[in-house]
Amino acid sequence: MTDLTQQKNEALTAIAAAASLEALDEQRVAALGKKGWVSLALKTLGGMSPEERQEAAPAIQSVRAEIAGAIEGKKAELEAAELEAKLASETLDLTLPAPLQAKGSVHPVSQVMDELAEIFADLGFEVATGPEIEDDWHNFTALNMDESHPARAMHDTFYFPDAAPDGGQMLLRTHTSPVQIRTMKAVSENSPGGAPIRLIAPGRVYRSDSDATHTPMFHQVEGLVIDRDIHLGHLKWTLETFLKAFFERDDIVLRLRPSYFPFTEPSVEVDVGYSNEEGRRVVGGSGDDAGHDWMELLGSGMVNARVLQMGGFDPGEWQGFAWGLGVDRLAMLKYGMNDLRAFFDGDPRWLAHYGFAAVDQPTLSAGVGAGA
Amino acid sequence: MKFSVTWLKDHLETGASLQEITDTLNAIGLEVEGVEDPAERLAGFTVAKVLTAEKHPDADKLQILTVDTGEGDPLQVVCGAPNARAGMKGVLGQPGAIVPSNGMELRKSAIRGVESNGMMCSVRELELGEDHDGIIELPDDAPVGHSFANYHGSSPIIDVAITPNRPDCMGVYGIARDLAAAGLGALKPIAFPEFTAEGACPVQIRTDDPEGCPAFYGRVIRGVKNGPSPDWLQQRLKSAGQRPISLLVDLTNYLMLAFGRPAHAYDLAKLTGAVVARRAKKGEQVLALNEKTYTLDESMVVIADDEEVHDIAGIMGGENSGVSDDTTDVLLEIAYFEPARIGVTGRKLGLASDARTRFERGVDPAFLQDGLDLLTGLIVELAGGQPSESVQAGSPPSEPKVLSFDTAHTARLGGVDVPADEQRRILESLDFAVGGNWPEAGKLTCPLRRHDIEGPADIVEEVVRIHGLDTVESVALPRMDGVARPTATPQQAIERKLRRAAAASGLHEAITWSFLPENEAAHFADGGDLWGLSNPISEDMKIMRPSLLPGLLTAAKRASTRGSASVRLFEIGRRYFRGSDGLSDERATVGAVLAGEKAARGWASGKAAMFDAYDAKAAAIQLLEAAGAPVDNLMVMDEAGSQFHPGQSATLRLGPKKVLARFGMVHPATLRAFDVDGPVAAVEVFLDALPSKKAPKGAKSFARPSFAPPALQSVTRDFAFLVPEDLAAAELVRTVKGADKANITDVRVFDVFAGQGVPEGSKSVAVEVTLQPGEKSYKDADLKAISDAIVAAAAKQGAELRG
Repeated sequence: MTDLTQQKNEALTAIAAAASLEALDEQRVAALGKKGWVSLALKTLGGMSPEERQEAAPAIQSVRAEIAGAIEGKKAELEAAELEAKLASETLDLTLPAPLQAKGSVHPVSQVMDELAEIFADLGFEVATGPEIEDDWHNFTALNMDESHPARAMHDTFYFPDAAPDGGQMLLRTHTSPVQIRTMKAVSENSPGGAPIRLIAPGRVYRSDSDATHTPMFHQVEGLVIDRDIHLGHLKWTLETFLKAFFERDDIVLRLRPSYFPFTEPSVEVDVGYSNEEGRRVVGGSGDDAGHDWMELLGSGMVNARVLQMGGFDPGEWQGFAWGLGVDRLAMLKYGMNDLRAFFDGDPRWLAHYGFAAVDQPTLSAGVGAGA
Repeated sequence: MKFSVTWLKDHLETGASLQEITDTLNAIGLEVEGVEDPAERLAGFTVAKVLTAEKHPDADKLQILTVDTGEGDPLQVVCGAPNARAGMKGVLGQPGAIVPSNGMELRKSAIRGVESNGMMCSVRELELGEDHDGIIELPDDAPVGHSFANYHGSSPIIDVAITPNRPDCMGVYGIARDLAAAGLGALKPIAFPEFTAEGACPVQIRTDDPEGCPAFYGRVIRGVKNGPSPDWLQQRLKSAGQRPISLLVDLTNYLMLAFGRPAHAYDLAKLTGAVVARRAKKGEQVLALNEKTYTLDESMVVIADDEEVHDIAGIMGGENSGVSDDTTDVLLEIAYFEPARIGVTGRKLGLASDARTRFERGVDPAFLQDGLDLLTGLIVELAGGQPSESVQAGSPPSEPKVLSFDTAHTARLGGVDVPADEQRRILESLDFAVGGNWPEAGKLTCPLRRHDIEGPADIVEEVVRIHGLDTVESVALPRMDGVARPTATPQQAIERKLRRAAAASGLHEAITWSFLPENEAAHFADGGDLWGLSNPISEDMKIMRPSLLPGLLTAAKRASTRGSASVRLFEIGRRYFRGSDGLSDERATVGAVLAGEKAARGWASGKAAMFDAYDAKAAAIQLLEAAGAPVDNLMVMDEAGSQFHPGQSATLRLGPKKVLARFGMVHPATLRAFDVDGPVAAVEVFLDALPSKKAPKGAKSFARPSFAPPALQSVTRDFAFLVPEDLAAAELVRTVKGADKANITDVRVFDVFAGQGVPEGSKSVAVEVTLQPGEKSYKDADLKAISDAIVAAAAKQGAELRG
């Protein structure tokens, strides 16, 4: 018995000392293999009397269990160490750059147009479009600017050599207002009772003008509301509400001044209060407050009765308001660009800086403005 | 238009401050564009008295003055003016003052060794006139020490922008009338200088074009003495930005600037026979006052005598009959011209003038005789002479518009409640005659000068602008019934998705000009005719773009010139074509350009990878997929266009004829034409060619076709084929896919190889076929049958399974 205990102790020492899985397996074979000393000891039980066996068996079984347990434990230990060594050898320098997907961007004009669509969707305005190459009738005549109208001269129009099928020149639209006419006509001709109308019409417009603050192509958003009982007060509310949502501030103050546009009557020039902060115009506050001033923002007014008629509406029954607003300028005011010409240069550095990530989709619930 | 406050006060009795005046002008629609206060420019210049004048020891022409400034000790000033002398009063600029004529700040200095503490000023230095012969001499009673600006009575100058509908405010008097209506003071009656007319007008006056010139009034004044205008007149003209010329010219200008009434004075000595308003003859020429010769046509009205044309009616007088210093007898012309005719003539001739601006917008038809008498009176008063009786040919429009008006309309349209009495007061102060059944069914007789008044909305505007637009309160638009609905058009929804998909894939959105230089447009015209502007702003912005690629290529060129190694740009916009109906045919398009490096050299990837045709293909497919096109059914075909590399470009088509996109490497010749360094890959997606989604009948359903992931695992099998080298991979894939449509769910090329071990004229193409079992797992026999079918099908394309 003492032999067995000694053998066991020696084996346990050897197992504990095994430096590798192979060395451990040698110990397993030496003890538990077919010809191992434990196995041999177990075989001796067969030659024993039942009494002897009853006494010897538990001891041998216990030794066997102890050895097997030690081997299992050591095996787990060695395997863990081996894995650890393998992992250590696989260490990477994770400060090295990863192969990121190139970043793209959405142009500020598109972003702001999406913001406008979002805000006005909440107010029930649909988005409408029209051709950029227009005929004289839609761009001028239908908007109460017949051929001899002096206001035409203020439009710096680009003309094509072609005459429109119904006479008059083809031209590049000088404003988004022709979409008013197209929509009103479509509604009055195809779906009488399609009014009330609430629409915005964003798009490219063109004027033969080029200097530090003007480009021959730029963007406007037209707004048109046709209804029965709406007036200048509704116009003011709509613009205030839009600007508050757009700039995400409640202190937007508008100043309405009488003006003149052939397609509206009364016509109203809308100024917004702003202050200068770090050389930038920041919209908010009354222009009459200390450190503040007014800036012209847009032209608007109640739709001229003649324009309603041209669009197929009875001015005795319907009235409405309209406005035209520079999208590029809105973008500049909100996001702090100062050079309009850079909008159309396609410089990737500028686009990367002032553009918007694809995921910055304006939504009302998450906020229409996108942070830097 | 510009005018001084002094001038305004000729016509408006008011104690209002400058700020109140400008605030009110803005509030009533006469937008103040600027205010220039000469007092600011003359700050630091005071009335001073010269006490002593000694000769400068080291300069012949200089004197040393001691000057009493009214405060403290007299100052020593060195002065070069010959008229400087002891006892005189003049204008002293002290150190710190800025000389208006040259912007220089005065400093204490030493002039030839003698200290000088300022400058005695000339008229020219203070920009009060041209005289520079000596310093200003003020009367003895000028108060020493006072601000010179105050003493001189310099008046602030207001610049207002008059909208085209308000020609009646293109004179100071009209502005005063509006201000008075707004409660800023009382309008003064016009002061008509007395004169006695004698004898009939010796010149016959006629209008032979009553449509273009309904009325032509005139009178002769004999024995006038022309010369410089008096100070008050010069100051008024100068405040309006006009240079005084001579009394007779200045007075006609004054009538225009003060009363919005252009008039013309002819030198009677240079006229022959009757003076007639008539249509010009085609080709007739006139030398105008601007010393340019204009060739006229029959649509234009002229004033002519028996010999020649003397006036482009309503726009500009003729050089040959203008008044000069020697003029002694004048014929005055005051006429009414049809506004539209004046506008057309002005545009045809490209000739702008103050008179045209007023006539084409419409002058006051009721101010012909008054204007003529006022001008006559002023001439007689200032230049002497004997006026004849006036003569009137024709008559101006005299039928006033009468409008029905319900005062409730003001609140209905203007959104502000103005009491009926106040509405009446406002309208009467603007010379509307109120009658009828006021206030519900009033009849308003409009003043003739208000050509802009057409209907009730115009009356509302008059009331609201004078009452104050700031009284309009915001009123919420009623919410539309029901829940929120999509408001974008389907096209806009597609463009939004595309835009964000493109940005997410690493492209920057650019916006480039809709117009191109002719050569760039021609390069992409593909045989179509180009549509160009008649009046482009420059040759570089002349032709409407037939493709989005030229603008993007140009932007890419600029970017690489600026040092970008990798340029990824896209644009969503329109191509512009002339439709067969003559109208515009604008087609929604996406363009993308990939130039330079796709991936920079890297520690893991080694050399930089350049964009290739497959990058363009991937972009095209991703864009089409974002746009909702059925990308699985597209055919890859040739004919991307001459702008592309013939072997590395293709079109994506839905059916053989419907081209949805083109992509590939840009042709080296195109790169050369655009001066871009290659290689450049490009994509153009034709959104106009996308199949439009049919609107569902009945209620819109968002439900998708039912689907449950298969329970059994899919199996893949690889096949390597030897195929003829010109066989398109897509053909092999299509054939393999068709071998067993029930089981094969995907076929993917994973290797293409030619060269060693592959026979000449062949290539090796290896595909991985994915098989999806249905109800039961595949048995060996099933897989063998499918494999055999695949090999047999491929053999029809000349493919042979590699051993």
